[in-house]
Amino acid sequence: MTALGIAAVVKSGERTALDVVDEHLARISQRDAEIGAFNLVLADEARTAAREVDAAVSRGDAVGPLAGVPVALKDNLCTRGVPTTCSSRMLEGWRPPYDATVVQRLRAAGAVIVGKTNLDEFAMGSSTENSAFGPTRNPHDTERVPGGSSGGSAAAVAAGFAPLALGSDTGGSVRQPAALCGVVGLKPTYGAVSRYGLVAFASSLDQIGPMAANVADAAACFEAISGHDPLDSTSIDGARDPVVAGLGQGVDGLRVGLVAELCAGSARLQDADGLDGVSAVEGVAADVIARVDAAATALEAAGAAVTVVSVPSAVLGLSAYYLVAPAEASSNLARYDGVRYGLRVDAANAAEMNVNSRTAGFGAEVKRRIMLGTYALSAGYYDAFYGKALRVRTLMLREFAAAYAGVDVLLGPTAPTTAFELGAKTADPLLMYLNDVCTIPSNLTGHPAVSVPFGGGDDGLPVGVQLMGPALSEPVLLRAAAVLEQAAPSGGGAP
Amino acid sequence: MSGRITRDEAAHVARLARLRFSDEEFDELATQLSAVLDHAADVEALDVTDIAPTSHPHPLVNVTRADEVRPSLDRDEVLAQAPSVDDGQFRVPPILGEAP
Repeated sequence: MTALGIAAVVKSGERTALDVVDEHLARISQRDAEIGAFNLVLADEARTAAREVDAAVSRGDAVGPLAGVPVALKDNLCTRGVPTTCSSRMLEGWRPPYDATVVQRLRAAGAVIVGKTNLDEFAMGSSTENSAFGPTRNPHDTERVPGGSSGGSAAAVAAGFAPLALGSDTGGSVRQPAALCGVVGLKPTYGAVSRYGLVAFASSLDQIGPMAANVADAAACFEAISGHDPLDSTSIDGARDPVVAGLGQGVDGLRVGLVAELCAGSARLQDADGLDGVSAVEGVAADVIARVDAAATALEAAGAAVTVVSVPSAVLGLSAYYLVAPAEASSNLARYDGVRYGLRVDAANAAEMNVNSRTAGFGAEVKRRIMLGTYALSAGYYDAFYGKALRVRTLMLREFAAAYAGVDVLLGPTAPTTAFELGAKTADPLLMYLNDVCTIPSNLTGHPAVSVPFGGGDDGLPVGVQLMGPALSEPVLLRAAAVLEQAAPSGGGAP
Repeated sequence: MSGRITRDEAAHVARLARLRFSDEEFDELATQLSAVLDHAADVEALDVTDIAPTSHPHPLVNVTRADEVRPSLDRDEVLAQAPSVDDGQFRVPPILGEAP
């Protein structure tokens, strides 16, 4: 049952929220030992919250748009009094003294939080294998990864543990696992959703986004969590266009640009003019490109005009990101010093205690990124690396703005391949980083992007295609995603 | 793989980052970080001197709020999460003396 379908029957009294949550908790207890989507299942809390929704319905009180809808939260979102680990030994057992704004807004909308989902430690990774508590497995094939870092949330939705989940996306961490698990994932405009209570990774890139089994549910969740928040100084103020109401309006007349740099091998590139010398990102598989081409054709069939657009700096995104994000992470993660919260490993003096605690508390990938970021910010290298990466960011903003002068949305792949096998990329960090090559540009520019399932690859596993747009274009992105959802072929099957 | 980062440099960066590594870990880190920096050669090689840096996706000016008293986090709840507490304060080992 969809999230909006659940809300409708709970509101009408046809079904109780308690019955709905029990059904989902039963599914979790049946299959999560195999999948590993959750770090923590909040069965008692969820039942209590569901009873409150049911009581409000029976009193005739107004209930929210997500009344009785089970939601899974990535375990880097703060929940007051409830463990929030970031899948790190550093925060094992930590109980935040406040709720994230998104958690408050979900509760206000009537949603029922069923648990905290696994992630790559501190959201650093693309496979959910970097978790201190073990990997999450892809519900479509448990020998394969669910993607990451929001792999637990993606797997929870794909396995039917919850119709909705929240993830966070710093370089693709909502969209890439959504693609690999065959669900919808939205990375909103930077500032559209409050980051208050999201444990910081790279503050100029992080954004919380919804994951759902269908576009309308993702849109409804986005409406529930977005909006200005005085507790996040980067939150965007002002009125927003509604999203759900316009979902059925179609794409007649919409101008769509296929991004040449992300679509090497596309038949459309061979037919396009003026693309001599375009260099494209490497490693995007032919079966994924074929799905993107098919999505372009489906949008055309629905009345959109598709052209090929070049955004040359898109190929620089990966390098720029892996300087900017680790630099911000090295600064953000300096707070884990064994003093106020988290792990402490004691020593004779405070400085030694800091070193002991951080060395014991952080996993290998987090340490690697702290080292990379500290290096990129250190004397003698700042200008060559971090400083240049920030200038590349300006270049990308200019080029995407130019592209959006000619088209309404951009189209490309979400992830370079379908889900890969566990352990396939853990030995080579750079190989793992290449998973993010198509999703990173939207984080560097702060623009929204959505991944929507569009059939399967040669191996039968789900493929996601990505729609990107300018700031605050979520209504048009999700409208186009709804068209693709309707046109999506079978394949990438049920998990 | 070029040796962009030497072991000595890695050791220096580790001191800045307050992390400790074994000899084996340092060797692996130097190789892995060098590989990432090799990939970043495309950015390093760019002439972008005329382009201003962007540290943030939205042009933000100072965001201020009214200077009003409002509730803050509950002190006991916050201190309950600390590894060591003494008399309503965070307790730490001696901060003076020799640094590591």
